[in-house]
Amino acid sequence: MPSTPGPPTEIPLLRMRGIRKSFPGVKALKGVDITLQAGEVLALLGENGAGKSTLIKVLGGAHQTDEGTIEISGQPASVATPQLSQASGIGIIYQEFNLVPYLTVRENIFLGQEPCRISFIPKRDESAKARALFERIGVDIPIEAECRQLTVAQQQIVEIVKALAQDARIIVMDEPSAALSPRETKGLFRVIDELKSHGIGIIYISHRLDEIFEVADRVTILRDGEHIDTRPIADLTREKMIELMVGRSLEKEFPRRQASLGQARFEVTNLQHGSQVRGVSFNIRAGEVLGLTGLVGAGRTETARLLFGADRPDHGVIRLDGKPLKIKSPRDAIRQGICLLTEDRKTHGLVLGQSARENFGLPNLSQFAPLGFIRQREESLCFARYVDQIQIKITNPEQITGTLSGGNQQKIVLAKWLQRNAEVIIFDEPTRGIDVGAKYEIYQLINQLAADGKAILMISSELPEVLGMSDRILVMNEGRITGEITDVPNTTQEDIMKLAISRQPLAA
Amino acid sequence: MKNIDYAKLFSDYGTLFVLLLLCIGFSVVTLEEQSPTSADAARRLAKRISDELSSGSNVIVLTRQGGDGESFAAALKENLTKAELNVVQTVVGQPADARKALVKYGATGNKLAGITADKHMANFCNANLAKLAETNPSLGKAKVYQPQTYRWPNFLKKDNLLNIMKQISVVAIIAIGMTMIIITAGIDLSVGSLIAFSGVITALAIRGLGGDDPTMGHLWLGSLAGILVCGLVGLFTGGLVTLFGIPAFIATLGIMFSARGLAFIFADSEPIAVGNEAFGWLGRGRDFLGLPNSVILMLILFAIAHVLMTRTSIGRYIYAVGGNPEAARLSGVPVKWVLVFVYTLTGLLAGLGGVMEASLHVTGDPKAGNLVELQVIAAVVVGGTSLAGGQGKILGTLIGAFIIGVIRNGMNLTGVEAHMQSVIYGVVILIAVLIDRLKSQGFRLRKR
Repeated sequence: MPSTPGPPTEIPLLRMRGIRKSFPGVKALKGVDITLQAGEVLALLGENGAGKSTLIKVLGGAHQTDEGTIEISGQPASVATPQLSQASGIGIIYQEFNLVPYLTVRENIFLGQEPCRISFIPKRDESAKARALFERIGVDIPIEAECRQLTVAQQQIVEIVKALAQDARIIVMDEPSAALSPRETKGLFRVIDELKSHGIGIIYISHRLDEIFEVADRVTILRDGEHIDTRPIADLTREKMIELMVGRSLEKEFPRRQASLGQARFEVTNLQHGSQVRGVSFNIRAGEVLGLTGLVGAGRTETARLLFGADRPDHGVIRLDGKPLKIKSPRDAIRQGICLLTEDRKTHGLVLGQSARENFGLPNLSQFAPLGFIRQREESLCFARYVDQIQIKITNPEQITGTLSGGNQQKIVLAKWLQRNAEVIIFDEPTRGIDVGAKYEIYQLINQLAADGKAILMISSELPEVLGMSDRILVMNEGRITGEITDVPNTTQEDIMKLAISRQPLAA
Repeated sequence: MKNIDYAKLFSDYGTLFVLLLLCIGFSVVTLEEQSPTSADAARRLAKRISDELSSGSNVIVLTRQGGDGESFAAALKENLTKAELNVVQTVVGQPADARKALVKYGATGNKLAGITADKHMANFCNANLAKLAETNPSLGKAKVYQPQTYRWPNFLKKDNLLNIMKQISVVAIIAIGMTMIIITAGIDLSVGSLIAFSGVITALAIRGLGGDDPTMGHLWLGSLAGILVCGLVGLFTGGLVTLFGIPAFIATLGIMFSARGLAFIFADSEPIAVGNEAFGWLGRGRDFLGLPNSVILMLILFAIAHVLMTRTSIGRYIYAVGGNPEAARLSGVPVKWVLVFVYTLTGLLAGLGGVMEASLHVTGDPKAGNLVELQVIAAVVVGGTSLAGGQGKILGTLIGAFIIGVIRNGMNLTGVEAHMQSVIYGVVILIAVLIDRLKSQGFRLRKR
């Protein structure tokens, strides 16, 4: 089986061989091999828990291998610490950026590389060097701006330039497009092309298969800590990729559903919050999945937060089953049957230091502790049912949620809201950072909730997901609803994009 | 066979282990010859004497003044009389008193068969009796009896252990509230001043209600006033923290200065005496199984707080607010109410602490509770609660308070000088926090 394309005589830029790594109770990597040539993009694919993150952390010096060798340009290299890894020419761009928000772009790029500990910073040299680097990748970012003023996409570019400033020849990007809009992702791909043309090797991790086809030259697939296959992208189809990742073939990406829509249950009229949400009105019918999409910053998450009472609207009326709701806080919203699965699980969805069971119980204590005393048996039994039903992979309910994988964390968030039995359920990016298998299960759950007559609002940036799941789609831009799509099966991603950049608000 | 995870065992019970080590250490260091002075010891001693001496023999009872001296002498006299011995005299006093009594008895010329004494008086007699007998021959035959001695650590004596518990009770009770505040990632520096504030308010209220001769009702009302006023101060702190977003450190620093100042102003800078000794019931009384009332109160409050933190909604909310306030809010936790609750509760507990302190001295003192806030925080931190919030245990705090109390007591027993005690205190707190850090890193040094 030809697993390493390209001229075999060429010495690869990076070769990791037989990498093994165990944590207490888990074998995270069971002998993984990867090779990366100069000037190519290697996509690393696998479900959550497949070992991608561990492999990257080994390469970045955050974890040490138990076994295995790492060669860079044919020379054995040590990456035992982050410093050694950096010195070997490896730059890792994690999902969470390592930029200091109050320092400028230039200061961030050269942070830790000042020529001497006690000296004046050669500002002019730095500026020139930074400008040259930005020029090299064809991006223009004001180098004296403070990083907190930049968009997420710009911050990512700064991270890339920071790696380049440290002479990185291997750049690893972990879910770089997760927080980017489609347009910004295109910009990132242009930068990646530039990097390739300068002979830099890129390891690209993403759950978005469409992107892989666009950007990758070869694909390495991991499953359960093992190397499954490495193939040129041309040899792969979407279905084949999923099959290799999941280890079984999925019939379809999106489960089929027969929607039976009822009365309008949830009505929002003229919701306003500064310039972020401007005059948003819509309704959701019983059993309907309403997709809400748009570019990042279009006001989708802000709208959801207003509906949930996380922020207070300037004005606007929210009705459930015809009755106007008074929502001053999330607690009010939850009591009246609205729940929100936030976009960001780690900072908004879970108390990471608490156990799975405790997180599950948190919004449900009015049920488990009607008099203030928690009936822990009832709570545990109830949670155990969800563990079974939605297949949360935990060793025991007392496991601390911070130690779980993204998919399992999301399932715990799901479980805690399912137990509330809310009437209106708002999903904000329900499958971000979640592997294909778990995605399918979450889609099935959403469909099940709709079939039970709930009103579902699903916010998503992934257009295939929006098209595959929604009964109706709203598109937002600049705080306004700019389009409503009722004939979903005959809509293309391009149609949505046109609405997403439209400045024409939808007539009421 | 299951492997025992020693690191986990140590991290779960580490503080208890440290407490145990300290107790063992101080026990070894304070091991000493002990001479019992209990009623039981008196009975046994009397029995031994009556076995040796014929009935009707003359004996003198000598004990040192202070401690159990009087009760021991009385018990001895009772038991000896019962055994048909003739107790000619009982002296409770200093060795000089004993000498006087012996000389006086010697002058009568009556024969003295035995001297029954506690350890100190026995030592005196053994050293001086021969000399006294030269001038008073009638004393020459007298045999000195003292209780059987045994080796036992001063540290482990029942009275000492009860004393430790009594000494930590105020700090430990306030530390209950402080633990909750620190779990919400806050801090309260005002509790020391609130002790004084509460004590002064209580004493003033009692005086205002009942003048120089207050009744029990006045005492109760006055104490309640002191506690409630501090609860209101806590409520105010909670308001500053939640409504205006003032950092707890700053808000409570302000309260700390203001409350201390007000205590001095209200008290006119003088301690205010309470005109009824019954006020000392809480701080001095021992009404149940010989345990000090303050200790019983402490144990009850800890039991309640433990249940509150592990079994109730508010407990769960407190941990959630400390772990991730935004996630808690978005899960429907009334974050602001939770914060107001913990600050108010701590205010109430500090008020109670103030009443206990005032009760101990039957006086409301504006100087009371100086720097106690730091002892309270130390107890919480030593007990394993993380200042970063989200983690901590009420029972850990009780152990922390014990560790601090045991160290202070042990150093007093072994005669460590005051400034050195302070140094050791500081080191112990640092070690406790160090263990906490290492615990969260799995007992490895930080890589970066």
